[in-house]
Amino acid sequence: MNPARKRTVRLVVALSAALLLATALIYTSFNASSPALTPSQLLREAQPGRSYQLTGTVVKGSVHHDGGVLHFSVADRANGTDAVPVAYAGIVPDPFKEGREIIVTVQKQGAVYAGEQNSLITKCPSKYTVAPPSEKQNA
Amino acid sequence: MALLGHVCLGLALIVCAYGIVVSVYGARSGRAEFSLAGRRSVYALASLLTVGMVLLEIAFVGDDFAFNAVADTSSRTTPLLYRLAALWSSQEGSLLLWAWLLSMWSSLVLFLTRKRLQEVASYATAILLGFGGFFVGLMVFYANPFTTTNPVPAEGVGLDPLLRFPTMMIHPPMLYSGYTLCTIPLAFAMGALIARKVDGEWIAVIRRFALAAWLFLGMGILLGASWSFSELGWGGYWAWDAVENASLLPWLTGTAFLHSLMIQERRGMLKVWNVSLPLATGILAIMGTFMVRSGILDSIHAFGGATLGVPFLLLIAALLAGSIYLVVSRRAILASTHHLDSLLSREAIFLFNNLVLVGLAFVIFWGTWFPKISEALTGQSASVGPPWFDRYTVPLALILVLLSGIGPVIAWRRATPRGVLRNLLFPIAAALLTLTVLIAAGITQKPLAIAMFCCAAFALGSVAQELWRGTRVRRGASGEAPPVALLALIRRNRRRYGGYIVHVGMAVLFVGVAASSSFQHVTQLRAFSPGQSTRVGAYTIHYIRPTAALTPHDDPTHTGSTLNVGAVLRVTKDGHYVTTLRPSEDFYESQEESQGSVGHLIGGQPVSSVGIEASLTRDIWAAIAPELESPKLKHIIEVGNKTIPFSRPDEGLFVIDFLAHEYLKHPPPAQFRLEVSPLIMWIWLGGLIVFAGGLLALSPSPGALRRRITRPASLELAREVKYRELRDLELDLATGKLSREDYEATNATLRAEAMDILNQLEPEPPADASDPTDALDPANPGSSDSGRPNGRARSLPGLPEQEDGVSDEQDREEDSPAVEVALHE
Repeated sequence: MNPARKRTVRLVVALSAALLLATALIYTSFNASSPALTPSQLLREAQPGRSYQLTGTVVKGSVHHDGGVLHFSVADRANGTDAVPVAYAGIVPDPFKEGREIIVTVQKQGAVYAGEQNSLITKCPSKYTVAPPSEKQNA
Repeated sequence: MALLGHVCLGLALIVCAYGIVVSVYGARSGRAEFSLAGRRSVYALASLLTVGMVLLEIAFVGDDFAFNAVADTSSRTTPLLYRLAALWSSQEGSLLLWAWLLSMWSSLVLFLTRKRLQEVASYATAILLGFGGFFVGLMVFYANPFTTTNPVPAEGVGLDPLLRFPTMMIHPPMLYSGYTLCTIPLAFAMGALIARKVDGEWIAVIRRFALAAWLFLGMGILLGASWSFSELGWGGYWAWDAVENASLLPWLTGTAFLHSLMIQERRGMLKVWNVSLPLATGILAIMGTFMVRSGILDSIHAFGGATLGVPFLLLIAALLAGSIYLVVSRRAILASTHHLDSLLSREAIFLFNNLVLVGLAFVIFWGTWFPKISEALTGQSASVGPPWFDRYTVPLALILVLLSGIGPVIAWRRATPRGVLRNLLFPIAAALLTLTVLIAAGITQKPLAIAMFCCAAFALGSVAQELWRGTRVRRGASGEAPPVALLALIRRNRRRYGGYIVHVGMAVLFVGVAASSSFQHVTQLRAFSPGQSTRVGAYTIHYIRPTAALTPHDDPTHTGSTLNVGAVLRVTKDGHYVTTLRPSEDFYESQEESQGSVGHLIGGQPVSSVGIEASLTRDIWAAIAPELESPKLKHIIEVGNKTIPFSRPDEGLFVIDFLAHEYLKHPPPAQFRLEVSPLIMWIWLGGLIVFAGGLLALSPSPGALRRRITRPASLELAREVKYRELRDLELDLATGKLSREDYEATNATLRAEAMDILNQLEPEPPADASDPTDALDPANPGSSDSGRPNGRARSLPGLPEQEDGVSDEQDREEDSPAVEVALHE
């Protein structure tokens, strides 16, 4: 085999390997992903037994502990009318607080949504939260 | 002062615009004075932004709450150290830091290249000023750090308590240095493409900057991980979060570039790849900045409300389009001058390493952007979790560690299977020994972690063998004592051995990651009371007593909290005392008056102070979330709120003190998270080793400092590289990487190629051609035989005969700018 031909063969082999891997990657990412929903979408679409990634704001006054389980409601960022009740057991990150934006993976169990263990993350307040002017006045 | 700040930014914008115009004109017309003006614009930008930084820091130190940036992120109660760091915790301040670092690094690179690469550097100047102008423009039009309010607030909001941690002082500047340094190879790559000068010279010039970008970015990432582990109460250091991933992406492509540029330096191969990688790295760095600021992806770090998405998107689109256009339109001049000789050569291993790194970057890119990708394809945003990332990144990481062990022992150009096998015997033995020891110790579960330990042993064995053989060769020639010979070996070839040390550090780091993620014990306790005990792995943890106290404000380590509540935990193993941990939680003041005059004093965000007992073998880690909401404690605060006015925080503190005493008398059960993680320390140690290796590879050799570069020198550079190849070949033979026949064959080819270069050099002698060292050896008949390489050219001028087989390569190998030595002395 002449060198040029050999290089072409190599290139074809490498490209097909890459293509194969990329296909696997894309296929599994669609398979393994859990839909990211807002609270109002979740209330409309949730089916029992499927995992959803819920993003929203913790409703003021909704947080209470019950034994080891943390109960709270999550509402849409903009309007807080549709609240998803979440029962969560696991690590609660420091910044978790009423009014904070959180992300948690949940499954529908009857009327409540069970949070997956240790899936609760709080949006880090470290950056650039633009405080509304009213809050600034207080400062 | 604010006015001065506005003036600085305004002038900075004008300087950028002026600099871009003159640089481009200078490059196109070839008039050096315009290029010089462009370079000076960068210096001027750096000076203006330095003034801006100083002004803003003065405002932070002096609690000048007229500045919005100060009022929003600092306060009188924020300790000085953290007031200084607060500058970069605001959107505006961090943009200023970005622009300032960019201008400083750009000034450095342009100063160092002031006598070389005139055309390429002029275009690069324009591109760097474009970035500078972009960031200054963002500040001027969107987020001005010098905006003030009137009336001036009496007190600021304070720095977010989570950020009051020492590494937060250096993590952002490190990361931003990495990001801004990533734009320098991008600027020079674009400059080289525009100017159509894509030979090895621009690569030689920006190599150190690419390395520095890689080093800073890596250290920034690691500092962030260490902050996460020891400050955030979740006990982890990496979560495959979008913003974390965004910082890893340019680091991966940067790593690939550092390897592939060696192939171009030596073999003139992979030119397309070598311009694409820095372009990709720079764009990914900008994209990382964009992601944090746009809130486009759900991340624990990114924030809605940020308004800078559109300008960043436009910048990224422009960069992408420009890069693709340049690479495609210049493809003819990017053709390789050589082809891969053999799949069994160091080039091939580097190429494979590049493919794995880029593959890894692609996997992470895909996973990070998957929410947007799936939304675009299916209309439904969905995300992939850490298990998905692990599935792909773990095998790829294994391959990388393995390759880092194979690369160093394989010769350039070609190696024989037998020789390679012989060189790999020791590393393979090291890996097998590790496997045996692990199995003998009963560690048989977690095959992936075990595979990583073996791969790391393989890589470490390979580097150890390299050092040992190099030392032996040097000793054989110089007769030095082994440690002296080893040090001399490393000192004289910093680039190579710095790289090997980085490999050692990465192997150690990966061992730490594999062990701590696979063999971790975690216990989560919902209600743990004094007197109780629990087991975590092999350890027993007793809750001895609670602690609760007002934080003394004269404590030098204090971070400005009001109250600290925690626990004293006694750790034992098999009945023997191990250590005492004191995890606690700090309660900070909030600005919310609805919490009451006493309640607001501790109503801010609670921040964990993690108790860690670190050692080489394992970290015992404890975090507490105390319960302050018990009816009794709540009652104390309610009474305090009613009786004490807001104007008397000192009296409020008395109530808090009383509350602390009450907590100690009747401590309610608290939540705990306890972890025993093996080999966490190895991650930080590995990072330190990488840092040391990176610095070594960056540092100029002693001789190089004296050398000055006075003119572009691509042929001299080519000659120097060829000479380096010859010296490496000698070393490869001496250390047993090459068979005698392969050595002879390659040696003849290399010498012929070197003669070719010398023949090309001869017709156009440099200005000071009278210098005898530059003239061809008159004794060599091949020199006049132009175009006809002389296969047996024994003496190549300027290639010193090596007295010890290793030594002399180094001084010159060190850095290609050193080329001119021979011409100038």
